[in-house]
Parts: sequence; C-alpha cells; structure tokens
Amino acid sequence: MKDDNHKNCVIHTEELSKIYDEGAVPVKAVNNVHLHIEKGEFTALVGPSGSGKTTLLNLLGGLDTPTSGKVWIHGKDLSTLSKNKLIDFRLHNIGFVFQAYNLIPVLTARENIEFVMLLQKESKKERKDRIEQLLKETGLEDQGDKKPSELSGGQQQRVAVARALASKPQFVLADEPTANLDSKTAGNLLDMMAKLNKDEGMTFIFSTHDQRVIDRARRVITLVDGAISNDEVRDTNKVTT
Amino acid sequence: MLLKLAWRNIWKNRKRTLITAASIVFAVLLATVMSSVTEGVLYKLQDNVVSFYSGAIQVHKNGYWDDQSLDNSMLINDTLINQLNDHESIHGVIKRLESFALSASEEHTRGCMVVGIEPEAEPIVTKLDNKVSEGEYLTADDKQVLVAEGLAEYLGLGVGDTLVIIGQGYHGINAADKYPIKGLLHFASPDLNKRMVYLPIKLAQQLYGAPDRVTALVLAIDDVNEADKLETELSKIISDKYEIMGWKELMPELNQMLQNERGENVVFLMVLYILIAFGIFGTVLMMTLERQYEFGVLVAIGMRRFKLSIQIILENIFISLLGAAIGTLISIPVVVYFHLYPIEVGGSLQKIYEEWGFEPIYYFSVEPFIFYKQTLIVLIIALVISVYPLLKILELDPVTAMRT
Ligand SMILES: Nc1ncnc2c1ncn2[C@@H]1O[C@H](COP(=O)(O)OP(=O)(O)OP(=O)(O)O)[C@@H](O)[C@H]1O
Ligand SMILES: [Mg+2]
Repeated sequence: MKDDNHKNCVIHTEELSKIYDEGAVPVKAVNNVHLHIEKGEFTALVGPSGSGKTTLLNLLGGLDTPTSGKVWIHGKDLSTLSKNKLIDFRLHNIGFVFQAYNLIPVLTARENIEFVMLLQKESKKERKDRIEQLLKETGLEDQGDKKPSELSGGQQQRVAVARALASKPQFVLADEPTANLDSKTAGNLLDMMAKLNKDEGMTFIFSTHDQRVIDRARRVITLVDGAISNDEVRDTNKVTT
Repeated sequence: MLLKLAWRNIWKNRKRTLITAASIVFAVLLATVMSSVTEGVLYKLQDNVVSFYSGAIQVHKNGYWDDQSLDNSMLINDTLINQLNDHESIHGVIKRLESFALSASEEHTRGCMVVGIEPEAEPIVTKLDNKVSEGEYLTADDKQVLVAEGLAEYLGLGVGDTLVIIGQGYHGINAADKYPIKGLLHFASPDLNKRMVYLPIKLAQQLYGAPDRVTALVLAIDDVNEADKLETELSKIISDKYEIMGWKELMPELNQMLQNERGENVVFLMVLYILIAFGIFGTVLMMTLERQYEFGVLVAIGMRRFKLSIQIILENIFISLLGAAIGTLISIPVVVYFHLYPIEVGGSLQKIYEEWGFEPIYYFSVEPFIFYKQTLIVLIIALVISVYPLLKILELDPVTAMRT
C-alpha cells in the first residue's frame, strides 16, 4: 500500500515530525503529520500563528530536515538525497514563493524568471518562449524589464509565482504569499494562481491567514500545535466564482 | 549569468563599492610609487657601486677569490676572450692584474692595492679616466702610475713625484720598482681613496714578473640586473678552470644592504596591504551579512552553494580589479613623470650622496613588474578574503537564512 501511495501522489508524508529542542521545553512544530497531496490540488494550509505552517512547508520543500518521519515527492524519498542532490531536486521539482523579497534585486522581472531556467541549463529559445508565456499568464507583459524595486508588492509576488513556474515544477509551495499585500491585490494574486491551477493543472500548496484567500482554496488543511486538526475538501465550483 | 549578476551586484551599493575601490586605488597608487622609487634608487645605487671597482661579473682562475695571490693568476687564451666577447650581453672584457704591495715615499710607507689595467678599456666599467683630479690619465705604454688622492696625501706625494712599490711577484720573486706619478685619482669611496694605485697592465706584469698573466677579467654588461642570469649562462659555456663571480659574491655587503632596504620596503607595503585587506574585508563582511536572506532564497530555489560562492568571489574580484586597475592607470603617468623628471634629494642625504659620488636624485623605476605586482597582490588579497563569505555560504541553511 505504501508504494502505491508514493507513486500516485505529488506529496506523501508519514509520521512527519519536527521538534525544536532549543528552549527549556521542546517545541513540536510539526507533530506526526500524515499528508497526501494529489496532482492538481489547490490547497490552503491554515492555522494560528506558531501552529507550524512554515515548518511543514519547509519540510515538504526539502528546505528543512524532519526530526522523524519521511517525505516522498513523486515517490522519491527526500531523506535519501545528498545536500547538493537535494538542491538540484528542488530546482527541478519544486517551485517556491516566499512571503516577501523573493526576487534577486539586481535582475529585472524577466531575468529573475530566466534565472531558474539558466540554472536548469535550458536553451535560449526555450527560455525566451517560456518567459513570454509566463509574463502573459501572470499579467506582467509590460513589466518584464523592470527591477523588483520598480514593481509593486503584488507585481513582485506575480513575478515570484512566474519564477516558481518557470522550472516546470511538480508543485508550488507558497508560504503566506499574500501576507504583505492588501486584500484586493491578494485576491488578484490568488485568482491568477487559481487560473494557472485550472488551466495548467499546476499543484499549489499555500499557507495563509487571510480568509479571502482561504475562500479560494479547494482543500483547507488546518494545523493546530503542529498537528492536522481538520482537513476539508470543498466543492470545486464554489472556488472559481 | 554569474558574471552579469556579480557585476550588477557590486553596483547595487554604489557608494560602498566606490569607497572600497577608492581605498584600493589609493593603496595601489602609493604602493606602486613607493616600489618604483625604491627599485629606482636601489638600482642606481647598485649600478654605481658595481662600477666603482668590481664590475658586475668577473672571471678568475679557479680558486683565486679565496686566495687572492698572483700565484693564482692566469694566462689568457683567445678562446676564453672570444667566448666572452661573442656573448651578446657583454660589451667589453677588460683585463686586470691586481696585487697588494707596499707603497712608499721617502718618509712614509703604506699598504696599497696595485692594479694593472688596460688604460683604454678600463673606463668602460669604472670610468676611471673621469676620476683623475690632477695630472693626466694613463696610456697603454706609459711607465707611470695613477695614485688615489688619499694615499698620495698620506705619502706626501703629488703629480710628478716618484712612488716606490715593494711587493712579492709571481712565484715569490721580489717585485720592487719606482714610478713617476702621472695623475691623482679622486674616488668617492673613502676606502678606495686611501689604497689604490693604477698602472698599465704591461708595466704591472713586468713589475710582478708575470708576463701575459692576469688575475681577473672584468665584464662590462648593459644592465646590472642581468648579472645573475648571465652568470649562470656563462658558467655553462666557460671551462671550469675558471670561476665566474657576480657582484653579489664579489660584494656580499652591498648585496646584503640592498636586501635590507628592500626588506624595509616590503614591511611598509605589508602594512599598507593589511590596511586594504581590512577595507575589503569590512565590505565583504557587511555584504555577506546583509544578503543572508537573498542567499537563502537562491539556495532554496535551487542554486548550488558552489555557484553562489563563485558569484561572490567574482564580486570581490571585480571590486578589487576595478580599484587595482584605476590605481595602476593613475600611477603610470605619475611614475613615468618622475622617471623622466626625477626628484632631487634634499637635506643631509644630499651630502651623503654627493660624498659617495652619486647624483643626489631619487630615481623612479618603470620596470613593468612594479605595476602588475600590485594588481596581483590585491587580487590575492581579494581571493583570500573571499574565504569568509565562502565559508558562510557553504554552511548556509536556507531556512535559518530566510528567518532573519
Ligand atoms: N528554528 C527554530 N527554533 C526553535 N523554534 C522554532 C524554530 N522555528 C520555528 N520554531 C517554533 O516552531 C513553531 C512553529 O513555527 P512556524 O514558524 O512553523 O509557525 P507558523 O504557523 O508558520 O507561524 P506564523 O503563522 O506566525 O508564520 C513555533 O512555536 C515556533 O516558535
Ligand atoms: Mg509562518
């Protein structure tokens, strides 16, 4: 049963825990999480501050190593990868969008998107085509030559999403991508992500506090004290409206 | 891509880059000018001292230098002379027959160095003809001598008086004769001034009962700096019946002194470079700390640490090269100007210089190595300093880096 699970889904975790043992009392930031993410999901990770959202996303993205338990991405056990192989694995399989300052400040939007493809050693033509396509999909046709400092917060996050998609990852992890945006801009960013999810089948997992963002998710996983307290799959139709 | 990134990154904080580069510019300029004048002055000094007496290279019979007696003199064959003359760097081979003897007037005697020379050839190396302060210089067939001023004064002799020389000749024969003084010589070096006697080599050979023999061949070469190289070259060609000695062996004290001077200069430059190093390090330190988050993102999205390190090293190299290049560019006209219009030595140093017969002038060397050496050193400093961000990056954990 285990093997089947690993192959059919994008992310699979078993008994995943991360314990911080620095203070007087050990903190179970992630506590025995079993998680299953299928291809094409549009999933929100919610929970109060300190509930372990960031920690869980970092574990799923191979940025952090669990204290116990394992993460499989498309059947690949992350714990078997060496440091450098893990970096390469992230490059080719996972798109990241962070809360802020995602972009390389000295590169233009276009160059930021191109950056990951350069790391992947994509051909020039391939890069050019994909950049234009991504700029279009993220509504940034006219912003390609601007540096991050010349873009609004919302636009910067769009570029970050475009960059996350540029590597053609298995899924995109976004840790509070809207935290620094006003709610209208946040809504727009989510609409854009939802559209990419619908049109391209890209899997998104994002953490958020924002109810309007949560409303757009098709699955909402609630964390409390590092453990999943609720896992709700919603009606698809409700989302797109 | 890494080049582009590095280049843009150094201009992101323009002010800091410029300040760092400016400090390098200043240090490189100072170091270049310092090195130039040190090398220039030392070169001139070395050239001057070498041409006092010894020349840059001498050829003796094997063993002569350790036991400087006429018994270790040699008969000159044409093969040797031709071999030497044929070498492109040698533009003159002069013969000498040298021996210690007693010089005497009616009242006084004193030890002296009696040197048989080829009067036409000798000036190539020592400019001996210019040192005549009274009377006249020698010709090959003269039966007269030149005496250093200090010695003449001690003996109470002047031009036209008779000098008696008593010594031991080849294979122990008695060597004694008397000669009229044709001229007096003024030497800058007090040491030479009180003990030199010159006479035509034929006359010396006659005096010492050593016909056709010489004790040393002195080679005239263009550039004292080439002496070491030439010495090695010659030792390969020339029969091992002869010993070939460069000025460093002939005058170890001079060599030691020059080394010490250079050593002092090196200490000064080291201090200068340590200051630069701290400057660059400060910049690199700030940069590394400031950009932890950015580095974290880069590693998170899939940039290998190794690549990131290269980018940072490139940034350091860019800043350093920029500073070094500008510094060198500015220093070239400065150094060339002083090379063409050297500064006069002032104050008490001027006296010392003049006493020794040197022009009281600070020469500036324009040897290319003076320029690129600084750039090289700055580059090495930059690379060494890059170790810090490199270590930081190698231990970088994206999660920790991005939490700050
Ligand atoms: N490096 C660390 N060392 C010690 N404790 C940590 C560390 N990182 C996180 N924690 C703790 O783990 C718990 C979960 O933190 P985490 O950042 O994952 O929560 P979160 O749900 O993302 O919170 P927020 O909504 O504020 O972003 C918290 O109690 C936090 O204090
Ligand atoms: Mg968080």
